Amino acid sequence: MMLRTLIVALMLALPAAAAELRGTGDLGVAVERTTGSLLVLDRSEHAAIGRVEGLGDLSHASVVFSPDERHAFVFGRDGGLTKVDILTQDIVGRVMQAGNSIGGAISDDGTLVAVSNYEPGGVRVFDAATLAPVADIPTGSRTLGLVDVPGRRFVFSLWDAGETWVADFSGGPEPAITKITGIGANPYDALVTANGRTYIAGLFGEDGLAEIDLWQEPLRARRILDGYAKDDPALPVYKMPHLEGWALAGERFALPAIGRHEVLWMDARSFEEVGRTAVHGQPVFAVARPDGRQVWVNFAHPDNDTVQVIDTLSGEIVHELKPGPAVLHMEFAPRGNEVWISVRDANRIDVYDTASFEKIAEIPAESPSGIFFTARAHRTGL
Amino acid sequence: MPERLVALLLAAATVPAAASGLPPGRAAELETLVRQDCGACHGITLAGGLGSDIRPAALAARTPEGLAAVILDGIPGTAMPPWRPLISPEDADWIARYLLEDEE
Repeated sequence: MMLRTLIVALMLALPAAAAELRGTGDLGVAVERTTGSLLVLDRSEHAAIGRVEGLGDLSHASVVFSPDERHAFVFGRDGGLTKVDILTQDIVGRVMQAGNSIGGAISDDGTLVAVSNYEPGGVRVFDAATLAPVADIPTGSRTLGLVDVPGRRFVFSLWDAGETWVADFSGGPEPAITKITGIGANPYDALVTANGRTYIAGLFGEDGLAEIDLWQEPLRARRILDGYAKDDPALPVYKMPHLEGWALAGERFALPAIGRHEVLWMDARSFEEVGRTAVHGQPVFAVARPDGRQVWVNFAHPDNDTVQVIDTLSGEIVHELKPGPAVLHMEFAPRGNEVWISVRDANRIDVYDTASFEKIAEIPAESPSGIFFTARAHRTGL
Repeated sequence: MPERLVALLLAAATVPAAASGLPPGRAAELETLVRQDCGACHGITLAGGLGSDIRPAALAARTPEGLAAVILDGIPGTAMPPWRPLISPEDADWIARYLLEDEE
């Protein structure tokens, strides 16, 4: 570990390549959660090309990108919102905007950055250029599942109140708020489909999920997959699943069940369950390769050393990997040929070929968690 | 940044293993469990998230025995799961005392 730290330090001491012209389309970042740093990744080189430090508490941090793919907005757990220039590898803006935060989003036009907060509960919105405050939307509840949708709108859910709100900034900095009440108890995360039409919130306190069709007026939530676990007592959940790495695989969604060691398959039109795949543990992420041909699944403690790959057509597990202790996240190359996997307790990011399942590269990283490639800049809801 | 890492490493090296009958190395494993896995809900600094604040000041009204019972059996109707399938009563007792004594 000493040696690796030294090597990274030497690498980082080399002059930054800012003087050279280069694009950012093959870059990305990885969150180093315990050291509060961001590793800048080069997909083409399978390498870390720099590290940005001083971002605070980055446990459970997430990242969105500016439309030009040059700036990363990093949402820290401690309420820090940091804007990083990934070319110069500098912090160009930083605000402590709340006491306890859980992710954010950037508006479709790239001008607004929104953060969802546990403390104080609500959403705060900032100017993406300057990080100057634009709007404060208190909800009185721990707030999460925040996504951007078309029309300069953000959608988010209230853990304590069981509601989903839409904040519409199309008319300017004063948002028009629409509240959808009674969606169900304790929404823990949410996803929006790539076309921005369907918002689905996972419900910890219910045996089902809430679905909202954002193309319909008035907006209302309906329960889907109702009673999916009614036949068996729930198993303990040692880590909440994520929905934001949603998987629309062909005609079906793959969703992590909660309290069950299963991935649920749901028809993308009717929202009815069409099957299940028994998996190794409590799924955390069930993410489709960008072409939808495979779904990769990782797991909660104590099964978090394993990744399983499900074939979309058959619903069967076609491959299992043991990348190492504490697999936290998987990020696909935009065309799906590679997947990058953070292995927190091995202090490593592993790169796999998704066709052969061969490991292509290992990249040293300090307790890596989320990996984010710049191609997310052009995806709704990511 | 390095100070923080060093602080964590130091903390791991000086965990109050004294009063426990845990096997060698187990205390360090449990500290990692608390920070990383309890931290999934309670935050890596234990200041809370979806889970509550579990820093010493927030737990002042709790006894080690009561806290160990919550760790082992969870809190029904909430997201706090029972850890009994994964850890021993001795482990839970160590974690309870660690949470109450932790200086950070």
